[in-house]
Amino acid sequence: MADMLVAALLLVGAFFGLVGSWGLVRLPQTMQRLHTPTKATTLGVGGVLLASIVYFGGVRGEWSIHELLVTLFLFLTAPVSALMLARAWLHRERERVRATLPRPGASGVDWGVYQPIPEEAEHGAAPKR
Amino acid sequence: MSVRARLRRWLPHPVLSLALILAWVALQNEFAAAHWLMGAIVGVVIPRLLRPFWPDPPPVRSWRAALAYAAVVLWDIAKANVQVAGWVLLRRPETLRSSWLVVPLELRVPEAITLLAGTITMTPGTVSCDLAADGSALLVHCLHTKDAAATVAEIKARYEARLMRMFGEDES
Repeated sequence: MADMLVAALLLVGAFFGLVGSWGLVRLPQTMQRLHTPTKATTLGVGGVLLASIVYFGGVRGEWSIHELLVTLFLFLTAPVSALMLARAWLHRERERVRATLPRPGASGVDWGVYQPIPEEAEHGAAPKR
Repeated sequence: MSVRARLRRWLPHPVLSLALILAWVALQNEFAAAHWLMGAIVGVVIPRLLRPFWPDPPPVRSWRAALAYAAVVLWDIAKANVQVAGWVLLRRPETLRSSWLVVPLELRVPEAITLLAGTITMTPGTVSCDLAADGSALLVHCLHTKDAAATVAEIKARYEARLMRMFGEDES
């Protein structure tokens, strides 16, 4: 019984992992491709982790909490890396993309990526000569 | 120096300390006293070293709202994963209507905005891409939406409103 549950969870996890990778291959735009690895993989990894908890806890009788930590670290790191990729792309493609973006509001502010970098001297980082 | 000030000096982030201790013990996967002791050292030293870089952590006003928020987000992640899988598998990519959304922010606490941005990225269909230079809006890329305004309204009602309650910003 527990074996079947483990197998089912593994299959669900593998399915979503596959969908994530498939989306990466199939979607035409860079920003669209950013969606599937951050998303479908959540359930993909989640399914495998649940299977691991059930297997080690239910079948082998060795409860383990490493799976929860993996989930925690994944949830902490996935949005950060996605944001880095998105911002790097916004920056690199700014000539083409900047005009197509909606503005943040009625006032003159722009998105953070397009802010001019403050002078280094302001932070005291530049060596004085 | 009062006890309170001393506590604030040595335990600037009590919740972070607790989380670090639990994470350390969980990493060892054993509940022996030695691991708790080492965890306690980690939990005190790291927040102490972090203090100059993170001077004013906002207090969580409502832990009930925080728990409710976590539950809503976990459920949405599961639900929306299925939805995105459906789009990727069943739709021709050309028919996906991707668009940029601007989510105007009422939240002001930077930590809360970080949480909101992370949540938007983890819930499928949307990735937060940038923050306005003055922190007044989030730039979000949406994989597929028929009604951009409705998606923005949902993000604000489902997540931002709960975060405002969690950090007590709805009172001020």
